Amino acid sequence: MTTSSSAGQSRRDFLFVATGAVAAVGAAAAAWPLVAQLNPDASTVAAGAPIEVDLAPIADGQDIKVFWRGKPIYIMHRTKKQIEEARDVNVASLPDPQPDSARVKEGHDQWLVVIGICTHLGCIPIAHEGNYDGFFCPCHGSQYDSSGRIRQGPAPLNLAIPPYAFVSDSKIRIG
Amino acid sequence: MSGPSSFQPQNSVLKWIERRLPIFGLVHSSFVAYPTPRNLNYWWTFGGILSFMLGVQIITGVILAMHYTPHADLAFNSVEAIVRDVDYGWLLRYLHSNGASMFFIAVYIHMLRGLYYGSYKEPREILWILGVIIYLLMMATGFMGYVLPWGQMSFWGATVITNLFSAIPYFGESIVTLLWGGYSVGNPTLNRFFSLHYLLPFVIAGVVVLHVWALHVAGQNNPAGVEPKTAKDTVPFTPYATIKDAFGLSCFILFYCWFIFYIPNYLGDPDNYIPANPGVTPAHIVPEWYYLPFYAILRSIPNKLAGVAAMFSAILILAFLPWLDSAKTRSMRYRPLAKQCFWIFVGVCLGLGYLGAKPPEGVYVVAGRILTACYFAYFLIVLPILSRIEKPRTVPNSIADDVLGKKKSVVASALAVIGAVGLLALDGGSTARAAEHGPTPPSVNWSFAGPFGKFDQGQLQRGYKIYKEVCSACHSMNLVHYRNLTDPGGPGFSIAQAEALAAEIQVKDGPNDAGEMFERPGRVADKFPAPFPNENAARAANGGAAPPDLSLMAKARGYERGFPQFIFDAFTQFQEKGPNYIHAILTGFEETPPEGFELPDGSTYNKYFPGHAMKMPSVLADDQVTYDDGTPQKVDQYAKDVAAFLMWTAEPKLEERKRLGFQVMIFMIILTGLLYFTKRAVWADAH
Ligand code: FES
Repeated sequence: MTTSSSAGQSRRDFLFVATGAVAAVGAAAAAWPLVAQLNPDASTVAAGAPIEVDLAPIADGQDIKVFWRGKPIYIMHRTKKQIEEARDVNVASLPDPQPDSARVKEGHDQWLVVIGICTHLGCIPIAHEGNYDGFFCPCHGSQYDSSGRIRQGPAPLNLAIPPYAFVSDSKIRIG
Repeated sequence: MSGPSSFQPQNSVLKWIERRLPIFGLVHSSFVAYPTPRNLNYWWTFGGILSFMLGVQIITGVILAMHYTPHADLAFNSVEAIVRDVDYGWLLRYLHSNGASMFFIAVYIHMLRGLYYGSYKEPREILWILGVIIYLLMMATGFMGYVLPWGQMSFWGATVITNLFSAIPYFGESIVTLLWGGYSVGNPTLNRFFSLHYLLPFVIAGVVVLHVWALHVAGQNNPAGVEPKTAKDTVPFTPYATIKDAFGLSCFILFYCWFIFYIPNYLGDPDNYIPANPGVTPAHIVPEWYYLPFYAILRSIPNKLAGVAAMFSAILILAFLPWLDSAKTRSMRYRPLAKQCFWIFVGVCLGLGYLGAKPPEGVYVVAGRILTACYFAYFLIVLPILSRIEKPRTVPNSIADDVLGKKKSVVASALAVIGAVGLLALDGGSTARAAEHGPTPPSVNWSFAGPFGKFDQGQLQRGYKIYKEVCSACHSMNLVHYRNLTDPGGPGFSIAQAEALAAEIQVKDGPNDAGEMFERPGRVADKFPAPFPNENAARAANGGAAPPDLSLMAKARGYERGFPQFIFDAFTQFQEKGPNYIHAILTGFEETPPEGFELPDGSTYNKYFPGHAMKMPSVLADDQVTYDDGTPQKVDQYAKDVAAFLMWTAEPKLEERKRLGFQVMIFMIILTGLLYFTKRAVWADAH
């Protein structure tokens, strides 16, 4: 250091701040891959591709459970009675108001397809149990009706509907 | 860590904590106010660099363990899945695998610095011995880590190294069984090595704390080797040493990045890209470069027990150094004879490293014995005698005198880099030895070579076509999926194209609800189909030699580049041995073997194949595969295209790696420059 003029001083301060800032940016950038690696990897993503399910073997009043992206999906072939129950409710009185028509595909009223994960804390509700002819979650007693809507218990929302479409009358494609 | 601190926090919360746990005072006295000799040179920055590398290894290691499967059947593929499928997985893996080498480069420099400046002498004996313990732990950790990818070198390295213990009289065999957990190296071995590989770095961290503690009690040594006497001899650790260490570290990271982004497999062994096979030993078993000098010592002694004993004593002798060298003068700067001997000793170590990578035959054995004798002579004869007879030059009165007395040489830092490169260069001998016999494959001009290399999409598509129409009749490609064909940096097929290609194959799936297996059209998530249901079928159908899986072929083959070419390769980023070799093999078939060559039945003569008798027949002919883009339909072109395609299947993230590498290099150069000027500005006050 030959001079200790204030100009020299401020040039030094600038240098220190610039170095510190660049080093901080570098450290932050280096942290990025360490976090990004936590994402689902490419093979997991690829395995989450849409699946097709044949509905033909499911009799009236029966249900099956299939897995898509590691989640259980209930496909319920609803009886006349179940459909009527689901339609007779005063929608406005529900905790998560949604008409039955919004929860099934038009023209396929007998098919209820829901993600079988309780919206409370993620347990798997049991089909055909509880007071509403729908699902009953054994963990903390949430009850869903035959449209998969929450009717009673701590769960805040209706069972979620996965993305799906009818490929034919007896076949759906989930995802 | 040196006595009670005078640190007094102002903030009331800090005060409250400090009264109950004086942690800020500890940090302040150890890393801020701590007096550090003002004449330290850049060789002293390697302690900080080593701490950094330990941190890098622990962080990347913990992350890799999140994705790794320690099972003999799954480990190899899980490592490849990390590289191929995990976000930045390739980066994390290369950080870790090259990090181990960087760790050892740094530790060797750190040790040689201690050796040169007499940092082991009174009162730093325990500090030094703790260092030797850390080094031993590092070796154990590095060895077990190298086993985890479960490639051929992993497996055979594990077999050879664990068998060292069988040399121990009486208990040897039982100890080896305890290490293996079976009758040979196998799944239980892999499991325990994984567990211990995870544990040991934390043990190292613990010993490092002791090492630093001992350092802060005894104080740092310095190039003059005289203890600080007055306040004028020292500067506070922060900012002076901190900024100097930061600059040194930044340079080191630049060097490290060169390896990660441009030559990530330079220090590795091609054989380790072949899955472990308990039935076939690679032609030369060579440990990682950092064990080579000791490996050379082991091999130069023709008796099992004596060889193993010599190898371990070569390391343990370091712990006795404080008593072997009793000279009062610490720094070899003032010991002209010892200084010369020191540099000869460095040469001996490099020489042993070079020999460790060579086959144990002929002149190499003799040279190995001579150098082994020199290695031990340095510790057992040269140092003890010199410390008695040598007349040292006068040492400076104080550190302040030392600083005033001489101009700082920049040469030191340049030497550091050259030394490190030299050390690395040792390895080249070991990286490629597959093709010892026969001419060297000619180097082809690849579009993906060099710092800005990119794959030629058209070439990859043509290469895929050849693989599909020709190679895939016999060779599987188990690590590549149809979805990969659409990945960025690949052949650039559209999703629809990849789906159509996948749909051409039938995949066995199931069981269905009736419990039966069924066939369905392929999906993009499926891997390329294998031509044979299992290895035995492949072997039976191909005259006894199973055609190897091609996924990693371009990284699993190499050849000798020879000295000094392999050193230049580190600078020119030459990483294309594999594709050169594949191209050479595919174009190297000859109808009639040369005069006098006895070709076994069922083999074909190949100029470039080691041993020349190849089970694979010549499969390519001009005009055999139709190209739609007007590229000449010649065998040479076919060979190039398929070799490029195989380079992509072996290193699918190559483009991403080089692109990110360029950004990181630019950033690190800027940061290093800034740190240099900051360091100058800070130290301007100290002179
Ligand atoms: S998780 Fe279903 S009720 Fe709590």
